[in-house]
Amino acid sequence: MLTVITMITIAPIIIIVSYIIRQGLPALSLEFIFGFPTNGMKDGGIFPAIVGTIYLTIGTAIFSVPLGIGAAIYLAEYAPENRWTRTIRIAIINLAGIPSVVYGLFGLGLFVIFINLGTSIIAGSLTLAIMTLPIIISTSEEALRAVPQSFRVVSISLGATKWQTIRRIVLPQSLPGILTGVILGLERAAGETAPILFTVAAFYLPSLPDSPLDATMALPYHLFVISTQVPGMPVTIQFGTALVLMIFVLGMHLLATVIRSRARAKRLW
Amino acid sequence: MDKIVIENLSLNYSDGTESLKSITLNVPENSITVLFGPAGGGKSTLLRVINRLNDLADVEEVSGKVLLANKNYEYTDVLDPKLDVIALRRRVCMVFAQPIVLPLSIKDNLTYGLKLAGERNQTRLDKAVEKSLNQAALWDEVKDRLEDPAVALSGGQQQRLCLARSLAFEPEVILLDEPTSGLDPISTNKVESSLQELKNGYTIILVPHSVQQAGRVADQAAFFLQGELIEYAPANQLFTNPKDTRTEDYLVGRFG
Repeated sequence: MLTVITMITIAPIIIIVSYIIRQGLPALSLEFIFGFPTNGMKDGGIFPAIVGTIYLTIGTAIFSVPLGIGAAIYLAEYAPENRWTRTIRIAIINLAGIPSVVYGLFGLGLFVIFINLGTSIIAGSLTLAIMTLPIIISTSEEALRAVPQSFRVVSISLGATKWQTIRRIVLPQSLPGILTGVILGLERAAGETAPILFTVAAFYLPSLPDSPLDATMALPYHLFVISTQVPGMPVTIQFGTALVLMIFVLGMHLLATVIRSRARAKRLW
Repeated sequence: MDKIVIENLSLNYSDGTESLKSITLNVPENSITVLFGPAGGGKSTLLRVINRLNDLADVEEVSGKVLLANKNYEYTDVLDPKLDVIALRRRVCMVFAQPIVLPLSIKDNLTYGLKLAGERNQTRLDKAVEKSLNQAALWDEVKDRLEDPAVALSGGQQQRLCLARSLAFEPEVILLDEPTSGLDPISTNKVESSLQELKNGYTIILVPHSVQQAGRVADQAAFFLQGELIEYAPANQLFTNPKDTRTEDYLVGRFG
C-alpha cells in the first residue's frame, strides 16, 4: 500500500522530466545553446537567456551569500535567546513563505523605482537575493549548530577567542552544509520568473548585457514569453528552453547533493 | 607555596542548579590536589571557575576570591572582569572528561593553542609537539602519523592527546575533570603515571572518576558535597582518618 503511495508521489517527477526530455531533446544543438534568437524568436538559439540567468545567479550570490552567512553566524553563535532573536527567526521563516511575485513587486518599488536602478541586473539580483536569504540563513544556521558545542568549549579553553573558534573550527566543519544551502538558494533564484518579471527581464535583446545596469534576458522569463506571448512558436523550442533550464537547476541540485554526501562520508563526528 | 588561593567563593547558576557555597581552599604548587565527592557537588564548577570557562555558562552570581600566583608569587585576581581571560587560559589549562579532539590532524591539535598565541616558528612548534607527546606518554604511538586526523586514535590515545594538547602551552596549572572516565585500566594507568611525573613541574587539580583513583594520585584531597567543601587535608590523613563523618560515610561507601 505504502509502496503504491510512494510510486504515486514520484510518478509526476518521472513523467515531467521524461516528457520534457523527450519533447526538448530534438531542439538541443550547439546553435540552440550558443545562438541568438532569430525570426521573431521562432528560430535560432537562447544564448542571451542562458547568459542572463548565469549573470543573475552570480549577482544574487554576490549579495545574498555574505549577508546570509553573516546573519547565520550571528544567529547561531552570538545572538542571545530572547524575544528579539525569536522575532528575527519568525521574520526569516515568514520571508520564505512570501509568494515570489510579491518579491517582484517589492523589487520594482524599492530597487527599480525608489533607488532608481532601473530594470537592471543589479535590481533583479537584489530582488532575488532577498528571496534567497531565508533559505541561505536557515540552512547555514542549521549547519553551524550541527557542529558539536564541545569543539567550541575546547577551542576556547585552549585560548581561542570566539571569532577564532568560529573561523578555525566551526566554519570549516559546517562549510559543506552552508554550501549546500547556498546552492539550494541560488537554484531557486535561477529558476524563478516572477521576481525578475518587473525588475530585470527583457522580452528580447539583440545583444548581451555589458553592464550590471543593463536589462537582460533570462531562461525562466524567456520560457514564459515564448510559451504565452509569441503566436506560432514551435513546441520544440519551448521544450528545449525548458530542458536547458531544468538541466541548469537540477545540475545545481545535484552538485549540492554531491557536496553534502561527500562531506557526510568524510565527517568524523 | 600556594599556587591558587580560593577564599569564600560562592557561585549560583541562573537556573538554581549546582552551586558553590563559600569555598575556601589553598592549592599548593607542584602537587596533585584532588577534588572528590558525589556528582553535583560543585567540583567541575570549581575547576571551570579557575580558568573562567564558567564565562560560557549561565552564571547568575559569583562572589569571593580566586587568586593565581605567578613564578614570583604575585597574585592575579582570576575573577577580575577586566582580566585577560585568554592569557589566563594559557596559564591554566583544562582537560575534559570526554576526550574531545578537534577535527584536525594530531599535530594541529597540539599546535592549535600555540598558533593562536602567535607562535609561527616551525622548529619551536615541532619541539612542543614532541615534548608534550612525550610528557603524555603518547609519542611512541603516534610519532609516525602526526598528520593523521586525531579522531582516528583510540579513546585512550585521544585522552592522552588532550593532555598533551594542554601541556603544549607549558601552562602553570592543569585542571583535569575526570580525565580517565571513559578509559580502560591500561590507559588509565598511563595517564595516572604521566600525572605523577608532571606534578614536578606543574600544579595539578584533578577531579577523579572514582575514590580509588583519588587515593592513588592525590597529594591532598578535598571532599565536596552539594556545593560545600566538607573537608580538605593531606591525602594520607583524609583517606585513612577523616575528621568529618560525612567524609567517612562517603569513603566507606554508605552513600554516593
